[in-house]
Amino acid sequence: MIKFIFKGVLRDKNRSLLPVIVVSIGVFLTILLSGWMKGIFSDMIDINANQTAGHVKIMTRSYAENQSQLPNDLALIGVDTLLLHLRKEYPEMDWVKRIEFGALLDVPDKKGETRAQGPAFGKAIDLISPQSAEVKRLNIRSSIVKGRIPNHGGEALISNEFAKQFNVNVGDKITLFGSTMTGGMMIQSFRVSGTLNFGSSVLDRGAVIIDIKDAQQALDMKDAASEILGYFKDGVYNDKAAKAVKKAFNTKYSSTNNPYSPEMFTLRDQDSLGQYLDMADHMSSIMVLILILAMSIVLWNAGLLGGLRRYGEFGIRLALGEGKGHIYQTLLYEAILIGLIGTVLGTILGLGASFYLQEYGLDFSSMMKNITMILPHVYRAKVTPELFYIGFFPGLLATTFGNAIAGIAIFRRQTARLFKELET
Amino acid sequence: MKHTAKPLSSIFVTLAGKKNNPVTNNHYYKIPLQMKSLIFLFLAFLSLNVNGQTADEILKKVDQNISSKNRIFESSMTIHGKRVNRTITSKTYSIGIKQSFTEYYSPARERGTKMLKLEDRLWIYSPSSDRTIQLSGQLLRQSLMGSDLSYEDMMEDRKLTELYIATVLGQEQLNGRKVYLLGLTAKVPNTAYHTIKMWIDSQRFVPLKEELFAKSGQLLKRIAFSNVKKVQGRWFPMSINFKDVLKHGHGTTFNITSIKFDQRIPAYIFTKASLKK
Repeated sequence: MIKFIFKGVLRDKNRSLLPVIVVSIGVFLTILLSGWMKGIFSDMIDINANQTAGHVKIMTRSYAENQSQLPNDLALIGVDTLLLHLRKEYPEMDWVKRIEFGALLDVPDKKGETRAQGPAFGKAIDLISPQSAEVKRLNIRSSIVKGRIPNHGGEALISNEFAKQFNVNVGDKITLFGSTMTGGMMIQSFRVSGTLNFGSSVLDRGAVIIDIKDAQQALDMKDAASEILGYFKDGVYNDKAAKAVKKAFNTKYSSTNNPYSPEMFTLRDQDSLGQYLDMADHMSSIMVLILILAMSIVLWNAGLLGGLRRYGEFGIRLALGEGKGHIYQTLLYEAILIGLIGTVLGTILGLGASFYLQEYGLDFSSMMKNITMILPHVYRAKVTPELFYIGFFPGLLATTFGNAIAGIAIFRRQTARLFKELET
Repeated sequence: MKHTAKPLSSIFVTLAGKKNNPVTNNHYYKIPLQMKSLIFLFLAFLSLNVNGQTADEILKKVDQNISSKNRIFESSMTIHGKRVNRTITSKTYSIGIKQSFTEYYSPARERGTKMLKLEDRLWIYSPSSDRTIQLSGQLLRQSLMGSDLSYEDMMEDRKLTELYIATVLGQEQLNGRKVYLLGLTAKVPNTAYHTIKMWIDSQRFVPLKEELFAKSGQLLKRIAFSNVKKVQGRWFPMSINFKDVLKHGHGTTFNITSIKFDQRIPAYIFTKASLKK
């Protein structure tokens, strides 16, 4: 019977073309929008995790309360020992120490006196150790505009926008002026090894990246760090596992009586990232639900129109003795078949477009010049295994649902009046 | 009949309020205009004159003790941080508000760091990086070496009478000494603190306590002066505790170990060349 229905669908274009187009477009939109929205949220979460939040983050309780002020006088002490414990107790994660600091970036003239200066946001990571994954994690290599990554102490990367503004070139000397962990004066000079685009407006306005050892020396933070970040080794945030690590760590190491005791926070705990995670998780379901509803209404209409057009055909079939239930059943089979064809077409088109957007993305940089959040400029889709099958839900459900409603009219036909109806 | 004592300032507020209040003018007791003026002048005289001394006279006496043509002093500044205390020793040369030069002796990390302030610009020289950094404008209001003092606090010695209009708010007892309580309001723009409440020793004419406020009325700093000694015929507080109320920590204690007024200071001290010497 399926072969018979299939031939009918193929031969009667009037019966199948519009529903197939509608289903294909709906499925295409479902996949593309789900993939793109998922990509946007994943990008936001990843960039926040990689830049600042980690999958889990450890700070002192006091530092955490005043985190926006980068209060390094409240930073973690004894980080090397703590890192040893973390690597031993939670080997499923990569553990890194980082220092964040505010400073004045001063550019000297030939006499060593101030030529230009501006506020800078400093980030210190392990740039130099060969085993460090930080360069890759922060996507530094591909962000370099001029020069290279520091390969020894005393070198710094500065944002390309900052370098252009202050007319600083690779090889020039810059000085960071600020406060040490103990409140002393920090005046430390670095050689610019390269400039980079972070792809985030906040950092592009004035960021400096130096090696963690240089920062510890300059800021008088020997065996200290602003924070320790933990990343799952597969690079994917796992909320359940992160919560388990947090609970175990805080039970063992954190004390409410000591403001300088370490405390662990998951990615979800920080800023608004929990909301982002929830939205990313629910995005596909929301998109599918919206499109099922929209497509069902369209296909219901298409089914009604088809029912009207095939009024005579159904009448003859009823007159020939075919049961109402059987006609209704074949109508639903037809709908499923049309849904399948449309879904396959829509999925192929949707996946193709999603792959394209995953590769090239859409560049919104011209619209984001004044945004002060750490946001990417290029928004890409993310092709996940889910995209290969989510189109089947709206594709099949909407056609079946639409035709099921439209087909109810079959049961309203009075068999006794059929010939009279067919004569007219 | 009961009388409730009111501070003089509240009397001013009451009088001023009634003058502009049409209800009061129409239905309250009527005092002839000349009489009102006389009462106002009398109260104003009372507020400015305590024990025969006006606020300006008190401030002038304070300036005579505190301000000088120039001064050279050695000091130790202890910053009571949240986690650690840190002591910084230094030697400062200053002439009025326009010229100041400080060399830091300890701790080892700050040793050899020098600061030169000329007019409204400040240069900091760091021997370890051989760099001279220039600061100006709002940056001068930043904390000096993590202390509760700003660069401005540390390097300014401007006569109070030049900066503020003073009124006597009353007389009190503070640490067992009779003090005048003065209210100072800035009369020139760009002062670091718009208003100051100052408790002044009524016999030695040195401040014993100050509260510094922003234009918004927000209290910014509290300063307590102690260890008042006579140096070259003038009373001078040798120990000062600063507390930036907007900052965490337990304040900064500034102890003057030696001070000399009106000395001959070579002119080269106040040049950028002296920073690298």
